[in-house]
Amino acid sequence: MTTVWGWLKSFGGFWYDFVVGDDWTIAAGVCVALAATYGLYRAPGVPAWWLTPVVAVLVVAFAVRRANDRDADAGGS
Amino acid sequence: MVTIVVGVGTIRGWRSTLIGAAAGFVVLVVVGGGLGVGLTAIPIGALRVVIGTLLLIFGLQWLRKAVRRVARKGLAGDDDEEVDAEQEGESRFGLDWTAFVLAFKGVLLEGLEIAFIVVTFGAAANQIWLGAVGGGSALVLVGGLGAIFHGSLAKIPRSILILVVGLLLSTFGTFWAAEGLGVSWPAGDLALIGLLVFYAAFAAGFVWLQRNDPLGVLHHEEATA
Repeated sequence: MTTVWGWLKSFGGFWYDFVVGDDWTIAAGVCVALAATYGLYRAPGVPAWWLTPVVAVLVVAFAVRRANDRDADAGGS
Repeated sequence: MVTIVVGVGTIRGWRSTLIGAAAGFVVLVVVGGGLGVGLTAIPIGALRVVIGTLLLIFGLQWLRKAVRRVARKGLAGDDDEEVDAEQEGESRFGLDWTAFVLAFKGVLLEGLEIAFIVVTFGAAANQIWLGAVGGGSALVLVGGLGAIFHGSLAKIPRSILILVVGLLLSTFGTFWAAEGLGVSWPAGDLALIGLLVFYAAFAAGFVWLQRNDPLGVLHHEEATA
């Protein structure tokens, strides 16, 4: 049981690290962007194609800022 | 397909990338050969959403890395530093999984789309073999061009390659994921060019902001020499 649990944890951890990487906000931001795009697509008469790229660049800006802050904190401590 | 494979191979190494591309091709042949005309039953929309989402996540991660790197070191960059960290990646069974999976997905999705078109048009004309020859020829031609030019790509500075691959992954990821959700792109496939220009413009803007940051938006460290 413990072995199976350990293997599952290791398997899950590998895929989390692989997909999400060192900044979870990018994966979360992409999911939010696509969910919002789908919501807009379902709304009648509203074009939805523009939403994903716009949210994507905002996600990158946020991730760059987070990385900068982390570096600054690491340098200051 | 080839742009992704060549870009990833140049940055992360060719072995894992080519194994990933070959694995994608094998799955493609098995699925295509096994299903034949039944290939049209595969929910291509769901496949586009899953693969597009993953490509977009990877693309934005590379874009973030590229923006910070170019802002610090310029486009020419310093190729020696950070190379090890970038190439460490996730290693299992002697393979770089990032390179493997990116190449695998690129080949599988675009290959399936080609196979899908071949089967659809071939079945409509009752000449699947003619469509298969056309699709196979296109694959060989594009693959050959990629093999010829990959040597030239190796001379391009790493910062530029990371930026370009980040832009390509983000562009294709956005296009496929939204299309899989049912969204129609204005101008169809030409929207890929628009997306690429859009992301490139924003990457340039991010680099400028990272270097100057007049409003403190990106809150960078004081010394970036």
